[in-house]
Amino acid sequence: MNGSNHEDIHRAVERTARESYGRLVAYLSSHTHDLAGAEDALGEALVTALRTWPRDGVPQNPEGWLLTTARRSFIDRARHQRVALASEPALLFLGEDSKEEPSSMEFPDERLKLLFVCAHPAIDPAMHTPLMLQTVLGLDAARISHAFLVSPATMGQRLVRAKTKIRDGGIQFEVPEESELPKRLDAVLEAIYAAFGIGWDDIAGIDQRGRDLAEEAIWLARVLLQLMPGEAEVLGLLALMLYCESRRPARRAPDGRYVPLSEQDPRQWLTPLIEEAEGHLARASKQGRAGRFQLEAAIQSIHAERAHSGRTEWAAIVLFYQQLIRILPTLGTRTGYAAALAEEKGPSAGLAALDGIELASVSNYQPYWAVRAHLLQRLEKLAAALEAFDRAIGLAEDPAVRQFLLEKRG
Amino acid sequence: MHFALLIYESAETFAKRKNDDNDPYLGAWRAYFKALKEAGIYVAGDALEVPETGTTVRLKEGKRRVQDGPFADTKEQLAGLIVLEVPSVDAALGWAARCPAASAGAVEVRPLAPEAKWRVGG
Repeated sequence: MNGSNHEDIHRAVERTARESYGRLVAYLSSHTHDLAGAEDALGEALVTALRTWPRDGVPQNPEGWLLTTARRSFIDRARHQRVALASEPALLFLGEDSKEEPSSMEFPDERLKLLFVCAHPAIDPAMHTPLMLQTVLGLDAARISHAFLVSPATMGQRLVRAKTKIRDGGIQFEVPEESELPKRLDAVLEAIYAAFGIGWDDIAGIDQRGRDLAEEAIWLARVLLQLMPGEAEVLGLLALMLYCESRRPARRAPDGRYVPLSEQDPRQWLTPLIEEAEGHLARASKQGRAGRFQLEAAIQSIHAERAHSGRTEWAAIVLFYQQLIRILPTLGTRTGYAAALAEEKGPSAGLAALDGIELASVSNYQPYWAVRAHLLQRLEKLAAALEAFDRAIGLAEDPAVRQFLLEKRG
Repeated sequence: MHFALLIYESAETFAKRKNDDNDPYLGAWRAYFKALKEAGIYVAGDALEVPETGTTVRLKEGKRRVQDGPFADTKEQLAGLIVLEVPSVDAALGWAARCPAASAGAVEVRPLAPEAKWRVGG
């Protein structure tokens, strides 16, 4: 065995893991309800693959091989620990130790059920996203802990607790009934969007949470779309994230400086992502069921049009924000609305909209202060602008955003 | 809960304190303090003088040992501390991430141990 061969095997295992991890965990846990057990079993199967594939070659059907190996390891562990497995179906399921390795077409894709389990109302909402990242994508607790700014040990404990609750709390692995579906789907979409971590970026100096999980969030949305093709809000969410992602190269100057949306060079935007987003949004809008993510995507689509027209249709953005605030009156949408209104009708109008937000709710909310500072400066209310800049700078996490605001503050 | 943010800075960052008021790092700190106070969570805090001004004392087998400089010779040195009152460690970590020293050095978040004070205090 030479080195490159070993690397090839390593890559084959990694590729199979990436593509199959969620499918295998979903399938193994949908019958046993034991997410932690399924992950451990799959983890052992992957370790075994790294050991035996270089010797025996990559199997014809790597996914089926992993499933069979993981299932055996699951049984061994259950016997070894003399754990009474939750239910009879679980035993029957694990007992089906076929001699044939099932092909990926032969075992059902249970990832949709798994996504609904991760975002179940009985689970702490703060854990919905971390659970998805771990069980569907196989991210480890340390990586997730960086994104969510908690210590790795704490994130590990929280994940274990959530999985115990899923196993012992009678949480069903099922797709919710029609009547419940919209609300439950919202929780899944919210959790995926939370991994993305970027809110809207309409205006100068907005601090974005540096989750660094955009790729993972887009992957999750693609999985969800594959499982629920044509669902308008799923299309909307994917479109929204693709629009934001298309601007990644333009968001920083070569020297690392922050470049706000209005100063970005549209030639640096990633056209294929914008085109894909436009396709999803068009498909969603044909269904005539506007929703939060479609509206947010629509706002971003107007910004994207600047690449062709050279200008931004602020009036259209204001209209979309008005609809959005009706269904989602959060600090984020209200601040975004104020910023857009200022562009359309002037800084006084924007400032009046900001003044409508309760002051107590914004003491920690950086975008509010960044927009406020910007508008006060345009109105030449300089002392008040300095105050607002200080708040925005003090609440910023990203050093590039902080630097940008310091320079604007003067 | 009370948490201490222990601020660690490199020698270069310490040196910025001598710059004038337009230094961006100092400006970021001023804004950060303002944000802490406006959020109503600031309890106490102070900056420390540069590490070279420290003197470390030990007693070894009854004999005094005095060393110039800080307790440990590391690249980043304790530069100050801030005590915050926030509901959870998550909130404390969020404020630590916003601290200008988090991108220039490091910020350790440690809960205060009030029960220890109660047991040894008068």
